[in-house]
Amino acid sequence: MNLQSIPLDWYLIVAAVLFTIGVVGVVTRRNAIVVFMAIEMMLNSVNLVFVSFAQFLGDIAGQIFVLFVMAVAAGEAAIGLAIVLALFRNKRTVYVDEVNVLKW
Amino acid sequence: MSLQVALFFLFGIGAIATAIGTITRRNPVAAAVNLIAHFFMLAGLYLTLEAQLLAVLQILVYAGAIMVLVVFVIMLLNLGDDRALREQFTVRKVVGVVLAAMFMLQVGVLINAQPTGATSLAPTAASLGTAESIGQALFTQYLFPFEAISLLLLAALVGAIILAKRKVE
Repeated sequence: MNLQSIPLDWYLIVAAVLFTIGVVGVVTRRNAIVVFMAIEMMLNSVNLVFVSFAQFLGDIAGQIFVLFVMAVAAGEAAIGLAIVLALFRNKRTVYVDEVNVLKW
Repeated sequence: MSLQVALFFLFGIGAIATAIGTITRRNPVAAAVNLIAHFFMLAGLYLTLEAQLLAVLQILVYAGAIMVLVVFVIMLLNLGDDRALREQFTVRKVVGVVLAAMFMLQVGVLINAQPTGATSLAPTAASLGTAESIGQALFTQYLFPFEAISLLLLAALVGAIILAKRKVE
């Protein structure tokens, strides 16, 4: 195999694998903080797709979008962790399957 | 193999390995450390794409700000070890992994069926990733979304303070 540069598809495959690992983390883990970290991982895999398309097509829009995703992720981190703290204060647990007050 | 190819494999395999580490560690702190390493690997991948500013921002914002917040919350909750070991292997996990494998298969088939055909970076790629070109686009064409995102950050700030307050009267 003689490669001079990496084709776009390879970046997409890496991003797809990372997204899938994030999905597995969200579905299988019970600790709310780890679920939160898996969500961050999924956001980052999408960022990778944005950057690769921006750089392969020569269009700046993809990189601007990544900046916005980062800003939203920062806001999400603040809110999400505040919710985890409030949850722990009220229920003494951070395990998502032990919280079922919304389940009728 | 050129340097770009070698670095792609180094950072790509590193990113996948640390991602798996993040979701398999039982101790939340170990998972957080794996995720910090994962963000550094992604910054490396951005560098192979010649997006310098985003690589730096990735480390500053994710590894620097967000992960510090996560580690801080883990410290505040101070969960005992006996509870950390309560992750168990259940039917739900098997179903989750099978569904994720099917998702991966679908994406693989899609990429395989319609290859993008792009084999090298755009000739302008290196000049696109600089702070100058991103700043220029951000403050002209994307000025309104930029201002809107500042409003969103303000709302998140207020929301986080309200949620984390001890008593809401």
